[in-house]
Amino acid sequence: MFRQILRNSVLRRILAALGTLLGVAVFVFLMLRAIPGDQISAGLGTEAAALTPAQRAALEAYYGLDQPLFVQFFSWLGNIFTGNLGYSSRAQMSVLELTADALPVTLELAIFSIVIALVIGIPLGMLSASKPDSFRDGAGQVVGLAGLSIPAFLLGTALLAVLASSFGFNPNGQGYAYLFENPLLNLQQMLLPSFVLGFGIAAPIMRTTRTAVLEIRANDFIRTARAKGVPPRRLQLRHVLGNALVPIVTMTGLQFGYLLGGAVVVEQIFSLPGIGRQVLLGIQQKEYALVQSTVLVIALAFVIVNLLTDLLYRVIDPRVRAA
Amino acid sequence: MSTARRASYGAMTATGIALALVLTGCTTPTSTPDATETAAAGGDLVIGVTSDPDTLFPWKATQFQAVNVLQNLYGTLTEFDADLNVVPGLAESWDVSEDGLTVTFTLRKGVTFADGSTFGAEDVKFSLDAIAAEATAAVARSSLASVAAVEATDEHTVTLTLKAPDAALPANLAVINMAMLSSDDTEEALNTTPNGTGPFVLDARKPSQSITLAKNDEYWGDTALLDTVEFRVIPDESSIVSAMQSGNVQFAVFNDPLVAQTAEGANVTVATTPQLSYHALQLNAARGGALADVNVRLAMQCAIDRQEVLDTAALGEGEVTGPITSPAYKSDPDARPCATKDLDKAAEYLKKAGMADGVTINAIVSQGEYATSVNEAQNLKAQLADAKINLELEVLESGAFVDRWIAADFEAAVALNGGRPDPDGMYGRYFTSTGNLNKVAGYSSPELDALFAQGRESSDPAERKKIYAEISENLEDNAAWIWLFTSYTYTATASTVDGYVPMANGSLQFLRTTSIK
Repeated sequence: MFRQILRNSVLRRILAALGTLLGVAVFVFLMLRAIPGDQISAGLGTEAAALTPAQRAALEAYYGLDQPLFVQFFSWLGNIFTGNLGYSSRAQMSVLELTADALPVTLELAIFSIVIALVIGIPLGMLSASKPDSFRDGAGQVVGLAGLSIPAFLLGTALLAVLASSFGFNPNGQGYAYLFENPLLNLQQMLLPSFVLGFGIAAPIMRTTRTAVLEIRANDFIRTARAKGVPPRRLQLRHVLGNALVPIVTMTGLQFGYLLGGAVVVEQIFSLPGIGRQVLLGIQQKEYALVQSTVLVIALAFVIVNLLTDLLYRVIDPRVRAA
Repeated sequence: MSTARRASYGAMTATGIALALVLTGCTTPTSTPDATETAAAGGDLVIGVTSDPDTLFPWKATQFQAVNVLQNLYGTLTEFDADLNVVPGLAESWDVSEDGLTVTFTLRKGVTFADGSTFGAEDVKFSLDAIAAEATAAVARSSLASVAAVEATDEHTVTLTLKAPDAALPANLAVINMAMLSSDDTEEALNTTPNGTGPFVLDARKPSQSITLAKNDEYWGDTALLDTVEFRVIPDESSIVSAMQSGNVQFAVFNDPLVAQTAEGANVTVATTPQLSYHALQLNAARGGALADVNVRLAMQCAIDRQEVLDTAALGEGEVTGPITSPAYKSDPDARPCATKDLDKAAEYLKKAGMADGVTINAIVSQGEYATSVNEAQNLKAQLADAKINLELEVLESGAFVDRWIAADFEAAVALNGGRPDPDGMYGRYFTSTGNLNKVAGYSSPELDALFAQGRESSDPAERKKIYAEISENLEDNAAWIWLFTSYTYTATASTVDGYVPMANGSLQFLRTTSIK
């Protein structure tokens, strides 16, 4: 019975996820075409004015732009089901190959950033909550506020400028080293961007932790536990933090999803060949297939992370399991 | 760089030095001022660029990064030297018949493509015919408008029959969109594997990360001194600066004077080079409305202090200019009805147009296409307001701007246009009534048509100079557009880089004479 419900709710979620993906596909497809300019004028710039009608027609046929919109949409969608995400004429590579190169970069960046954010955010949040409205709390809040309000491009550029000009340290000025090619250089290259991103996300995690901890501590069961003589340390970690984890996991999952698509600025500054930069380049060049398919991959990743977060609740919080 | 790589680097340097000594001893460089003095050869140069080439097919390349890379991979019949004079390239020499209707090119012997095949007259015929064919959609097609037929007379001779004399042809053949391809190649193959006759060959490519060229040992001219040139994509300009400061990148070209300033330092020098490209306020007279009246256009010309636009929008980094920017044909910037701002005269012109109470002109401006566009537009608006001319600005994302510009769907446009060494190639397409960009220029006249035809017919440099001075004057007197200023490019090089010559057309062709100390 219980398994049945679980399976059904998981099934429901998967169906909802597929619906979301289809919505994203339609939306991206239409939005891209609403942007002025096409691949031809993006590639040729103002020189496109010199094309004769016959030349333009030849190019439109080459890029498949001469087909009606719905034909373009369904041929793209149909291709996706056969694993063909399209072809990038700029890179002269299939979008699948490009994505296979770019996705691990962004995933690695996202995971490192989240780890850094958790390492900064959770202790800071607990510290703040341990004595609300004290100096300690204020200081924690200020750090959180700094993380929220300093834009990533500013922090990133400043860090690069200072480290490069004063210490000659800029591993990101070298060609990108993939994790399995050159782990040491890869870790160096990931250090600064992960910190910049992680610092920004640490703030919401810190705030969530603080609020959750305060809320949990006000509960009766904590008072009971304290009365029963549970040592403060154990009380903090097991009872308070253990219960505060649900909102923290929600927040982390949400941030992780955003990171997959939102690391564009940081990837740009630190020249990481990730998925965000792939989308950005695609938009600049109006490479429809590239942008459409990459956004869909990002959406898919987002949906998967959300599903995993949901499932994780069931592990940490028995109440969700029963619901 | 790993230790193994370092060791081989040393070995390569040694071989390179030996090679350079042999080379400098037995050849006379034609267009390489520093090559003879540079003893050291070898090394790997890393160039920081903000994006990678959008195409590797030379006939369709217009993007700056693509042109820069392809210029080093492919060869053209003619070339430019450092001062933008036309010099022999794959054609050793060319003869123009008395009536100007036949041009015979004698091709260089012993030239091979990267794949080892031999370059000959058949390849030239194939290339020129394909560029002229509409289905190819080659961007330089209009440069061959005067060519009626191409004939491979023998293995090393190509004869062009012209419909009318075309003195601009040799210069027009020197751009990379006119690259000579092997007749065995297809666009599809060349998209991934360039096969040119240039001083470098493609070594490796990682899309949106880097593209690496290696020197072509079979190159017909002086072999390049560098072993490899890597164009490394670092999308953010200030990140390129920091990569230069930490020594990872040795070479970069910037357009933004502010970025260039931050790059200058103990180990990095920045060279300033005036450019052929020019900033202008394009006026679309053909669209009708107020701008169809020459008096309104002249009023605008009189209301604008160009130095002020330059100072406010580009920190004064550049030069006030007239229409023609190439050194050999340069227009006198002061030869126009209002050389300096004159509000009284502007009012007079407006009165003549019957618009003494003022007029509103709509102008499109691109956002993000180049650094100074919006600031320029705002300064122009402020200045014109003093003359009761209301410049209504429409700031557009660059894709939208390009779309509107191509369709000539604007009254006025704040534009940065590319220049060319030959004034016919530069303006013939805009200001002759049959020019393929005439719709965008929005202005032509029988006088200009006749002058451009004369310019193409004459092969006497002194006479051509006179004709183009007249064209320039005609454009200014009619305020076809309002030419504002030319800016600089800033070439930042590490102190170890030697022998590079920046050019006014932004070309990186002198990478072939560059070495690392």
